[in-house]
Amino acid sequence: MNKTLNQKAWFLVLPVLLLVAFSAVIPLMTVVNYSVQDTFGNNQFFWAGLEWFDELINDDRIWDALWRQLMFSAIILCIQVPLGVFVALNMPKKGFWASFCLVVMSLPLLVPWNVVGTIWQIFGRVDIGLLGYTLSSLGIDYNYTSDPLAAWITIIVMDVWHWTSLVALLAYAGLQSIPDAYYQAAKIDQASRWNVFRYIELPKMMGVLMIAILLRFMDSFMIYTEPFVVTGGGPGNSTTLLSIDLVKLALGQFDLGPAAAFSIMYYLVILTISYVFYTVMTNMDKKEG
Amino acid sequence: MEWMAWTWPTAVFFIIIASTLVVFTILAIKFPETPRQGVLGMETTRGDRLFITLLGSAFINLAWLGLVGAHQPYALIVCLVYAIAVFRWV
Repeated sequence: MNKTLNQKAWFLVLPVLLLVAFSAVIPLMTVVNYSVQDTFGNNQFFWAGLEWFDELINDDRIWDALWRQLMFSAIILCIQVPLGVFVALNMPKKGFWASFCLVVMSLPLLVPWNVVGTIWQIFGRVDIGLLGYTLSSLGIDYNYTSDPLAAWITIIVMDVWHWTSLVALLAYAGLQSIPDAYYQAAKIDQASRWNVFRYIELPKMMGVLMIAILLRFMDSFMIYTEPFVVTGGGPGNSTTLLSIDLVKLALGQFDLGPAAAFSIMYYLVILTISYVFYTVMTNMDKKEG
Repeated sequence: MEWMAWTWPTAVFFIIIASTLVVFTILAIKFPETPRQGVLGMETTRGDRLFITLLGSAFINLAWLGLVGAHQPYALIVCLVYAIAVFRWV
């Protein structure tokens, strides 16, 4: 029997298409239009061609911000992923304490980003902050407003505090999905704890871990609010990450053309890395399937 | 449309992108294809190869701007060669 081919169901995605067009595509097109022009306000634009791209690509300031951003993302991934997995492995598997741990782990994720920044900004202050005051009482020279290393440590620890639980919760979900039969087989084979982790838990968690890495990378690569509230990009430019630099350019200096060119290059980097992650994840799924 | 600050070059750019997407959608409907494995060791469809081409072309243009800094239209020739290579081998 021949089935009638009906493509009318595609109309059901029209609302989503319209929503995406208004919220993403049209603003992105506007940014592209801005990136090749200069404006002095009053909605008057002057053609600049590729001048802003040329200026930015040869500007050390952007490259420095990019390296700082990559370093920040690399450091927090190196800490959060192993730490999240470690926490997930040590969480209770069932019962009251499992639910309790899940709630406690979720709490940092519920705190708004600017509040996290404010918490750590006060927490780290040498005069009134618990952390800053304790460290200086112990004779440790810690001042995130004047020492770049202290500023970096503060924003990294803050991010770890805020987001490690996301990795832990995802890893925990991956662990919970492993059938008991795998552990029973490992027990029969007298596999060590390390071998159980290496050959059962880690491969089974790999899918969710890739999602965790992708989410954490994207989020850390676009981070703005928390470090801005704590350090404002300083001391000097030592914690000026890409988004902070972009906001300085767009809103501080009101250079809309260069800021638009900057946004496009920033977007291209994020798009490329997301595509690489997406490809790796889908290839892994296919291999598992 | 004034708030979007349109110019002819950007309009032409978006018309080309939109036309390319429409052509590839029609191709996908009229001539469906199975994914193939290329030199990158991953399965790609025609759409994937178009995406890799467009993304790579953006970086080629930026690299040309940073490294050569003049005669930008020549970067499009490099992009064309790159596109042919992607559609042939990726």
